[in-house]
Amino acid sequence: MSTLDIPELALVALVGVSGSGKSTFARRHFAPSQVLSSDTFRAMVADDENDQSASGDAFDVLHYVAGKRLRAGRLTVVDATNLQQHARAGLVTVAREHDVLPVAIVLDVPEPLCWERTQARPDRTFARQVLGRMQRDLRRSVGRLEREGFRKVHVLRGVEEIEAAEIGYEKLFNDRKELTGPFDIVGDVHGCRAELEALLLRLGWTLHRDEDGRPVNATHPEGRTAIFVGDLVDRGPDSPGVLRLVMGMVGAGTALCVPGNHEQKLLRKLRGRNVTVSHGLAETLAQLDGEEPGFVAEISAFVDGLVSHYVLDGGRLVVAHAGLKAEYQGRASGRVRAFALFGETTGETDEYGLPVRYPWARDYRGSATVVYGHTPTPAPEWVNNTICIDTGCVFGGTLTALRYPSRELVSVPAAKEYYPPARPLAATPGGPASAAPDGAAGTRDDLGLDLRDVTGRRHLDYGYGTVTVPAENAAAALEVMSRFAVDPRWLPWLPPTMAPCSTSTVDGFLEHPAQALEDYRRAGVDRVVCEEKHMGSRAVVLVRRDEVDPAAPAAAGRFGPGDGVVYTRTGRPFFGGALDRALLARVRAAIGSAGLWAELDTDWLLLDCELLPWSAKAGALIREQYAPVGAAGRAALPAVLDVLAGAAGRDLPVADLRARMARRATDLDRYTEAYRSYVRPTDGLAGVTLAPFAVLASEGASHAGRDHGWHLALADRLHAADPELFTPTRRRVVDLADEAAVAAATDWWLELTGSGGEGMVVKPYAGLGARDAEGRLLQPGVKCRGREYLRIIYGPEYAEPDQLAALRHRSLGRKRGLALREHGLGLAALDRLAEGAPLWRRHELVFAILACESEPVDPRL
Amino acid sequence: MLITVTTTHQPATDLGYLLVKHPDRVHTFGMPTGTAYVVYPEADTERCTAALLLDIDPLALSGARTRRGGSGRGGNPTPDGFTLGQYVNDRSYAASSLLSSALSTVFRSALRGNSKDRPELAATAIPLELRVPALRCRGGAELTEKLFAPLGWTVTAVPIPLDPSRPDWGDSRYVDLTLTGTLRLADALNHLYVLLPVLDDAKHYWVAPDEIDKLLRAGAGWLAEHPERGLITRRYLAHRRALAGAALARLAEQRLADEPADPDSIVEAPDCGADEEAGLPATVDRQPLAALRRAAVLAALDSSGATRVLDLGCGGGALLTDLVKNRRYTEIVGTDVSSRSLTVAERRLRLDRLPPRQRERIKLWQSALTYQDDRLRGYDAAVLMEVVEHLDPPRLPALEAAVFGHARPETVVVTTPNVEYNVRYPGLAAGAFRHTDHRFEWTRAEFADWTGAVGAHYGYAVTISGVGADDPEVGSPTQLAVFTRTAPNPTPQPTDLGDAR
Repeated sequence: MSTLDIPELALVALVGVSGSGKSTFARRHFAPSQVLSSDTFRAMVADDENDQSASGDAFDVLHYVAGKRLRAGRLTVVDATNLQQHARAGLVTVAREHDVLPVAIVLDVPEPLCWERTQARPDRTFARQVLGRMQRDLRRSVGRLEREGFRKVHVLRGVEEIEAAEIGYEKLFNDRKELTGPFDIVGDVHGCRAELEALLLRLGWTLHRDEDGRPVNATHPEGRTAIFVGDLVDRGPDSPGVLRLVMGMVGAGTALCVPGNHEQKLLRKLRGRNVTVSHGLAETLAQLDGEEPGFVAEISAFVDGLVSHYVLDGGRLVVAHAGLKAEYQGRASGRVRAFALFGETTGETDEYGLPVRYPWARDYRGSATVVYGHTPTPAPEWVNNTICIDTGCVFGGTLTALRYPSRELVSVPAAKEYYPPARPLAATPGGPASAAPDGAAGTRDDLGLDLRDVTGRRHLDYGYGTVTVPAENAAAALEVMSRFAVDPRWLPWLPPTMAPCSTSTVDGFLEHPAQALEDYRRAGVDRVVCEEKHMGSRAVVLVRRDEVDPAAPAAAGRFGPGDGVVYTRTGRPFFGGALDRALLARVRAAIGSAGLWAELDTDWLLLDCELLPWSAKAGALIREQYAPVGAAGRAALPAVLDVLAGAAGRDLPVADLRARMARRATDLDRYTEAYRSYVRPTDGLAGVTLAPFAVLASEGASHAGRDHGWHLALADRLHAADPELFTPTRRRVVDLADEAAVAAATDWWLELTGSGGEGMVVKPYAGLGARDAEGRLLQPGVKCRGREYLRIIYGPEYAEPDQLAALRHRSLGRKRGLALREHGLGLAALDRLAEGAPLWRRHELVFAILACESEPVDPRL
Repeated sequence: MLITVTTTHQPATDLGYLLVKHPDRVHTFGMPTGTAYVVYPEADTERCTAALLLDIDPLALSGARTRRGGSGRGGNPTPDGFTLGQYVNDRSYAASSLLSSALSTVFRSALRGNSKDRPELAATAIPLELRVPALRCRGGAELTEKLFAPLGWTVTAVPIPLDPSRPDWGDSRYVDLTLTGTLRLADALNHLYVLLPVLDDAKHYWVAPDEIDKLLRAGAGWLAEHPERGLITRRYLAHRRALAGAALARLAEQRLADEPADPDSIVEAPDCGADEEAGLPATVDRQPLAALRRAAVLAALDSSGATRVLDLGCGGGALLTDLVKNRRYTEIVGTDVSSRSLTVAERRLRLDRLPPRQRERIKLWQSALTYQDDRLRGYDAAVLMEVVEHLDPPRLPALEAAVFGHARPETVVVTTPNVEYNVRYPGLAAGAFRHTDHRFEWTRAEFADWTGAVGAHYGYAVTISGVGADDPEVGSPTQLAVFTRTAPNPTPQPTDLGDAR
């Protein structure tokens, strides 16, 4: 029995004449979905699997399907005769386009048996000489397959060999997913052996030396593995010494190494190819002159054996010299290797004559962390979960290692500038100018969001659930986001919409605490907090500890230039301009005097607030929408009542009508009172107050898991720090099993709304992330709005019995679903903010919240 | 919701005959949106008043408007606004087209001037007093005078304060209207029937072409000669241009006088109910500037030699129409963030009717200039015509990165207003911008600073010029910059110092 080894991901072409048993072979060794048969595709496009005139179209479709499968990383087997070079060339092209290896399995069966099998099939009608021609094609093909690009060719001769064959799967060389680290990933060394030794020692490694005192291996007491990103050689003082150490470590299994372009070029030189000796190769060659030929031969073998890149830690980490875009990771092809070694160039050169590199990291959207070198940078920065750790040691910079998974940077300075850089090692814009400090790397978010991150029909699995954003909602959100919202870097979260409580059955009430509390009791919650519903506008405050001049160049940090924003529920600047800045300054000061910066160990804070009074933001709405209704009614209803009084005086039967109109007049007065209570004079910030009710996030932490007691206690401390600016939130914590507490909460609500209050919001006490017994997210809050307030929502006369009866049929399902989706997206956005996810990962969620808001939902809910 | 009709013609109670409603009864009529009542608060021989009271059922009203609410969907996004207007509104109280409908249903024969019992009286002008206590009046109380006085009425329009507790808020849009005069009752009722919705300027129903007939029937004998017939016709037909044009043409026929209906005022009528009083710099002024600007942009594109061009922020496609006419442009892409604008552009370009080869030259894509868009790479030229001023200044770097850094066409043409020129617009308040959505307008120095900085950062050479009359003091109304790419590389992207390839 023979085992045919094929890569786990490959395009397998079966090659054999008609009747050689390809389909039977495919059936035995592969899943039906893995096998693409030309017969099937001919039938698909032409209703006849033997219609040779349909072959062109059939192969078009077959190649298309094969491409889709390979892009998704699925093994694909093509069951066709594949006897002709042009047919095979098509498959090799498809394989290369998706950077997978093409493999051929040839089934060579004696002609008589094939003819016997062919004759046994009624649908095969060709003459025997056709079979003979096929046989001749097969003979001719076998020797050519490797030259045509098939990386593995298995030839099975005769029925017995075919019967006995088994398929064995081999991993690609770059697949080291089983290695989980911890790793110390070392940047471009370029012959700086002393710095490499120093770095390894700083990282806690033990160096092992040969009798001449030269380091030949290193081990780490904690069993760490080193990974070298390549460019070990050239330019620096001791390339052979670096190679000796690294080769020793790789040989001993304490290190992995990927090749850099300099190793590649060195190898070509050592093999006698004609290469230009430049960019520090001369130094290496000179240093190698003093080495024994045997060692030089070892170097050749070592470099030759290096794999272009590694996929590690279950696919979560990729190391390649010049980085690697997502579609190339774990693939094998010439261009994958070229990308890994050289990166992607635009074909242009800059003013120093150096090739212009395409900024692939800016477009990177993969889930694996990519660590690479190749491009010297003063300080490593995270860009979309990729990081370049070449800090230009040989140019007098530093030699840097990234510890994984802790993502900590450790570096040692170069003893001197060993080699002058071809162009200055300029600070990247937005990056710190000084040399890399140890610790965590900054994140680079100014590289632009891509339209593809947000538009079109998008399916998001955000960890708390999944959502499909219809393309038209995304289109609407794009307009709002692009035209009105603050910079996406400053927009890490948007407040979810909030559902009202279940519709009340209490006489005269559309919403009532009994239902609000019952909603949560039914969801299995035992403790809630009832918070007064502030009569203002939602305001989200994201504020930095340190004031920054907005005109100053971009400071390093997560949010880009600026020191804070105040934005509305749709992400617009709240007032815009100086007023927002003045507000931020006071919030910043209050957080400072309340001691929260230190306590939360953060230099920024994200607060969810209500800004009061409503008229400060919505004054125009009140004057243009609410007040005119009152004015019209006040003009009309007295005249109507006069007319009806006259009619009544003439003994006309208008008593009912008159009574109803009198009630309408009363309702209108109540309506007027309701909107008037949202109007308070403000002048600039004078008269404006802020009622924070949640501290959503701070550096490295989402506070969604904290209970509302914690949140409100912090809000109280802000109030204490600046009582003029901050309004406290009145609240009642209610144990739902305690009937007395429930009754007290109801009384409290009646009193609150009776004196003009808007109502209350009931929330699970456990906090924003509260879940039910089945682990599903709970509504983060339900609103329970006052009877009078609802007049400005449902109309002045909504409480008339007939209207109320009709309104009780309101349907809440859609609104609740929406509220929950937006809430989950928001929680995920806070998580991603805390873990320092790339901007596009954070923004796609915030964008989705805004897109959800385009859902048509009854605006009165 | 209320109209009263009073007469002092003797015997005043004959009003009941004219209206065919007995003064001693309460008359009730079911209407699609509620119930109409006719009652007489006074009815004696000296003075008789009939009141038409429309009791609107708010549920029926919101049901009658079947469109579902939802913010920001299509159309003008009102993200922070409210869409509760369909539930909380003045329709239950103010006189409107609902009341007009009730009028025509309840007083059908009186409107036609028919009276079985008092035919001579119906044909006679009698002393009348009409009162509409809550009339929403778009265009101010003066407009009531303009509309009713030419018809022989003495007009008293008392403005109603917006909220008596807030005198600083001033008057509302409502007036308490009283008309006195000696007219035929039928004429009086027809005046109200037509002019109430005209003053209110909002219709509760879809304006179909048969509205023209209704208007001409009710306006028979007075509308054709009315000095404000243009405004009346436009508003009555709810600003539907084609309908208003047809109605005015038929009115002109009726007049026999061959005076053309004022064509400008029709063209000026806004498409979507925009405030016709709010046009800032006079339309007359703006049209040529827009045309001049397009011509300047086209000239800049022409001299750049571009054949594949982007119109970024193409809006309704005014520039695209010009580009399409020029065959040198082999590929024309219009992008806008508003899908509604793209629909307008598509209609304007008549894309569905173009032959395939023409059609292939034109692409319309939704795109946002604050996001990088790979589809926009590799073009010869891009136009940002009156676009940058619609972005908040902190968002400009994103636009710069997307256009100059990512799309990186050879040529970029930018136009934007010159704020210094604003003093030359008499209609523009000091310090106000030319458009409500402008987030800024730059001086010439500010524009030069910005273009210079962008050019230096992204590797473009810049030339600046002006479009429109070059005022010696304040410059041209529009500023134009042409950026020409000089450097290959988008951002100072670190390059490999030793690429040994």
